[in-house]
Amino acid sequence: MTPSSPLTCRQVVEMLTDYLEGALAPSTAAALEEHLATCPGCSTYLAQISHTVRLLGAVTPDELPESTQKGLVAAFRGLRPPRP
Amino acid sequence: MSALKPAPIQPALQPTELALAARLIAGDEAAFAEIVAAYSPLMLHVARGFVATRTSAEDVVQETWLQVSCSLEGFEGRSTLRTWVLAITRNVGRRHGAAEARELAWSQLDDGGGTVDPQRFRGSQDPWAGGWTTAGAPVAWSPEQLALDGEALTLMTRCLRELPLRQRTVVELRDVDGLDAGAVCDIFGISASNQRVLLHRGRAKLRQLLEDYYGGREAAP
Ligand SMILES: [Zn+2]
Repeated sequence: MTPSSPLTCRQVVEMLTDYLEGALAPSTAAALEEHLATCPGCSTYLAQISHTVRLLGAVTPDELPESTQKGLVAAFRGLRPPRP
Repeated sequence: MSALKPAPIQPALQPTELALAARLIAGDEAAFAEIVAAYSPLMLHVARGFVATRTSAEDVVQETWLQVSCSLEGFEGRSTLRTWVLAITRNVGRRHGAAEARELAWSQLDDGGGTVDPQRFRGSQDPWAGGWTTAGAPVAWSPEQLALDGEALTLMTRCLRELPLRQRTVVELRDVDGLDAGAVCDIFGISASNQRVLLHRGRAKLRQLLEDYYGGREAAP
C-alpha cells in the first residue's frame, strides 16, 4: 500500500480497531477518514463495530461466587485480626 | 530540595491507594470485602488467560487474595492497588497454568488473514477491486433491531465464551472490564500491536454474530 493508492474497503475494515485506538499514523488516519466520509458500507461497518463495543460494555462482569467471597473475608479475618 | 534534581523514575506515590492499603493492613474487613467484589471480575478474566477452566480461574483468584492478604505491607503505592493485585494474579495464574502443563503462546502473532468474509469484496479483476459488493456491503441496523439489546446482550455473553481464548481474554478485559491497553500488554507480555490484533479479531467476530442475529444479511451460501 503506497500513499498514492487509495484505501480499499477490504483494507479499511482491518484498520478500524487501530483507528479507534488512536494507533494510526496521522496521514493514514486522514486517508481512512476520507474513505469513511464517502463510503456508506465502511461507515456502517464502523458504526456496527462501535455498537458491538458498547454492547460489550453492558455485559455483566464475571463474579466470584458469593460463598467464595464470604470465605475469603473469613480467611482475611483470620490472617489480619482487626486492630483495636 | 534542589530544582536540578532529576525527575523521579518511579511514578508518584498514590495517597488514596496507600490509605486503602493501610485500612486493609489494619484488618478492615469491609474494605477487604469491597475490593474482593470490585477486582475479582477482572482477576477472573486475567486468570482465565492462563488456566483451562473457570474452576481453575476461581482457584487462582482465591489464592491471589490470600497472598494479597499476607503481603499488603509490600505494597508501596507506586501503582494502584488494583494494578498490584492484577500483577499477583498474573503470577499465580502463570504458575497454575504451568502446573496444568498448559502454555498459552501469548506472544505468538495472530495472522489468520482478514476478519471479513472475502466474498463480500470485489475481486482483483473488478475496477472497484477491494470494495464492497452490492450484496456484501453491511446494512445499517435499524433502531428496532438495536432495541433488542437485551437479547443481543445474552447472545454476546454466550458468544464471548466461544472466541479463541486470547481474543476472548483481551476483549473481556478491554471492552467488558474497561481495562486500558497498556495494562493488558503488561499482564500478558504482548506488544501493543499484538494486543490490537487480538482485540480487532475478537470484535470483528462478535460484530459478525450480531449481524447474523439482527438478520441484516443472509448467511453466506
Ligand atoms: Zn469502504
